[in-house]
Amino acid sequence: MSDLKIGAYICKGCGLGERLDCDQLATVAQRDGKAQVVQQHDFLCSAEGVKLIQNDIDNEGVNRVVIGACSRRAKTEAFDFQGVNVSRCNLREGVIWIRPDEDDMRETTQEMAEDYMRMGCAEAKHSLIPASAQEKGTDNTVLVVGGGITGMTAALEAAKTGYPVHLVEKTGELGGYAGKMWKDVPMHAPYTDPVDTCVADMAAEIEANNLITVHLNSTISKTSGAPGRFAVDISTESGSTSTINIGAIIQASGATPYDASQLPELGYGKSKDVVDRVELEQLAIAANGGPIKRPSDGKEVKKATFIQCAGQRSEKEGHLNYCSGDCCLTSIKQAMYFKDQNPDIETEILFDDLRTPGAPGEDFYRSGQDKMVTFRKGMVSEVVAGSNGPVVKFKDKILDEDVEEEADLVVLATGMVANSGVDIDEVPQNEPGEWEVSVDSILNLNYRQGKDLPHLKYGFNDSHFICFPYETRRTGIYTCGPVRRPMDTQQAIDDATGATLKAIQEIENAKIGRAAHPRSGDLSYPIFRKEGCTQCKRCTVECPFGAIDEDEKRFPVFNESRCRRCGTCMGACPVRVISFENYSVDTVGQQLKNVEIPEEWDEKPRILVLACENDAYPALDMAAQQGNHYTQWARVIPVRCLGSVNLIWVTDALNSGYDGIILMGCQKGENYQCHFVKGSEMAAMRMSKVDDTLQSLSLEKERVETYEIAITDIDRAPKLINDMAETIEKIGLSPFKF
Amino acid sequence: MSNYNQEMIEKYRGNFLKEVQDNVEEGDWVKMCMQCGVCSGSCPLGPHWEHPPQEIFMMIRAGKRDEVLESSSMWMCTSCYNCIARCPRGLPITHIMHGLATYSKRLGLVPQNQPTAKFAQLFWDNLSKKGRVNELKLGLSLYFMNGIGEGIKKSLKMKDIGLGMLKTGRLTPMEMIGGHGCKDTKGFHAMLKKAQEIEEARIGKSGS
Repeated sequence: MSDLKIGAYICKGCGLGERLDCDQLATVAQRDGKAQVVQQHDFLCSAEGVKLIQNDIDNEGVNRVVIGACSRRAKTEAFDFQGVNVSRCNLREGVIWIRPDEDDMRETTQEMAEDYMRMGCAEAKHSLIPASAQEKGTDNTVLVVGGGITGMTAALEAAKTGYPVHLVEKTGELGGYAGKMWKDVPMHAPYTDPVDTCVADMAAEIEANNLITVHLNSTISKTSGAPGRFAVDISTESGSTSTINIGAIIQASGATPYDASQLPELGYGKSKDVVDRVELEQLAIAANGGPIKRPSDGKEVKKATFIQCAGQRSEKEGHLNYCSGDCCLTSIKQAMYFKDQNPDIETEILFDDLRTPGAPGEDFYRSGQDKMVTFRKGMVSEVVAGSNGPVVKFKDKILDEDVEEEADLVVLATGMVANSGVDIDEVPQNEPGEWEVSVDSILNLNYRQGKDLPHLKYGFNDSHFICFPYETRRTGIYTCGPVRRPMDTQQAIDDATGATLKAIQEIENAKIGRAAHPRSGDLSYPIFRKEGCTQCKRCTVECPFGAIDEDEKRFPVFNESRCRRCGTCMGACPVRVISFENYSVDTVGQQLKNVEIPEEWDEKPRILVLACENDAYPALDMAAQQGNHYTQWARVIPVRCLGSVNLIWVTDALNSGYDGIILMGCQKGENYQCHFVKGSEMAAMRMSKVDDTLQSLSLEKERVETYEIAITDIDRAPKLINDMAETIEKIGLSPFKF
Repeated sequence: MSNYNQEMIEKYRGNFLKEVQDNVEEGDWVKMCMQCGVCSGSCPLGPHWEHPPQEIFMMIRAGKRDEVLESSSMWMCTSCYNCIARCPRGLPITHIMHGLATYSKRLGLVPQNQPTAKFAQLFWDNLSKKGRVNELKLGLSLYFMNGIGEGIKKSLKMKDIGLGMLKTGRLTPMEMIGGHGCKDTKGFHAMLKKAQEIEEARIGKSGS
């Protein structure tokens, strides 16, 4: 670019002035980095220092600011300049703190700092200033899919904030599973007795709210577009379809009760007096506060036995592997239906592990005990028909004995199965241009990667369990409630509130064309040079967020507002036609090429570390803060995600004479830590093929390593770098130093 | 006493937890046990119990009336209070154990020759006579608890200690005749009688 003007600013605070030759750094920035303006300051992040930079931006035309000071993770507010690109050279955490302050180390420490200055200037030179994404959101409306407690909460929360809502419910009434309950577990202290459900109140509130449009007996027959400008077809049972423009989608499709007919060994289907927990609610509703009667002969129940974990937490074929989380509280509540009506009715809960999570949990359990509900640690083997009612056979695990007990009614505490639509890993992907409604699908997305949100485990939708629970792998679509993980009413309400907030955030982000979490606020977006594209489809397949569709000629179509800016597409592209304005094959490639590679006889190896900016880079920063050291040969470059690492960087580095390369990313797989879900996995897959490259260069395969680093690995991460230095000492320097 | 037992069986008709709740000291806590087993793990005598506390509580809830009340387990409690200190649910386990023992005794269901129960009776008989423990008599009755032969053997074995205590004035043979007592034996007996009346009225009341 013609008007590119680099200003390099070197801070002498925090000991940088004493440990480093800053005049020399300034010379390097000017001579090697081609910085037109170079300034030193004793305290760059002070108001005076910041003013110095701002003045150059305003009056000298500096539009690439290179700051040689602390890590890019420090002083972000001070060095937040608008309208320019800021490159940070990590001289503090990355150089003087990570190296011992000894006289014989001064030379190599200075070399490190000089390299970082060159790298910063190179990045600045090859980056463009991001304009915001071209596709801007226009729609404010929130679509809520599912009219249960979760969906109703989401609709009300969004409407209260002033956003119009369309609420789509498959059945003829609002309420979902909670609408079929006689009473609910209390949500407020004292947590002693079952309370009325909040369904009726919420439904009335929705009815009265002008901002909420309810579509009953309706499903979503097509979802297309991107955040801020989704077009959603809502089809009614009668066959009519209307298209609505939507800003963000909240999927609260909930869960279906597990089909108890798969449990013949527990007597279901064999005896009418064995019911599941949904049927017990119906019996309680029929009793309307009077004595609950059993289905077979209408006799008043005098003894009820509850079997916990029915078809759950079991490895058996057709059973659920997981705990549904709310069944223990539900059974306690249902036992209270009997006890509150007549304390002489015997109620027994047979459990393996009693789990009562949440605010009401322990108190409600105690209240059950106080009401003389019997809790017995027993493993049920079988329920058979007896002369007066079903007979439960179980092993009492405390008394270590086999027991047979007759009951009037047996209740199976069955689990919940997520209504998460089709599993897009199983169902073939849509062909571009071809598109057909699936009745099993919830959203019927016309995305390249499939009709619904990807699943993670047990059929629940993928969401980052700990760090960002509502974010799914489709930007602008948020899940909440039991479709995300098993949960009870109270948790579903909390969950819906959180997801609503995310949906609103996304609507606002899309309006100004900036990224959603985790790179919130990022204005860059993938730029694609169509002429060079070979239609290999790697980007469309590998994008963790399904952001990229294909046109009829199989060229990728980047939906900018669906993009999370991780750069996995950039890492995938074999012809390197995908880039971001401020993050591209060049911005990183030029950094590593601008490191000075000493001649072989200098015996100064160079180790390139490509570190994920989310976990590995902070871990290295923190290692420095803790006084850990790593070798003076390392040069660390932060990357947006390991998924954005293009193999060309590895090849270039090896060709330039680097002696070792370390890639540091996040944990992958089922318990992934990757902020971009699939990035580290993709990187690992690509790096598994790097051996070929090494072989073709006749290099040892120990020279390239990929590691999973957690943010807490402040001892391990530096050690891995030192290990590489040792390895290089053993196998010798790279022969590619020219 | 066995009539009383029968009365209770009929009254509660298999609802043993309720029976314990109504009749055993601190018995209304039993239902609150969450079966974590910390009490059994904390009990220094745990391995020697037929049924450790956790199991006793489960047996009560499972309606195993005879097995609980005829058990020697709760008689094994040494009142070290480890279980009370550690119970996460705050159950007064030591008190419940003594409460169960007392109730079992009241029903006449204590196992024959249960040594703790036997000693407790000897101690009570000894103490309640004069309001003071007659140590010589208590010691001897303990030796002869299980018959003359064992008593003589035990006495001979303890002879040296006995003579030593005699020499240092810790023991006087005169205790065999009468022995010492509290100042107002008559008043003491009246107190015991009154306490007995109150206790019976209490049981009668809850039993009605």
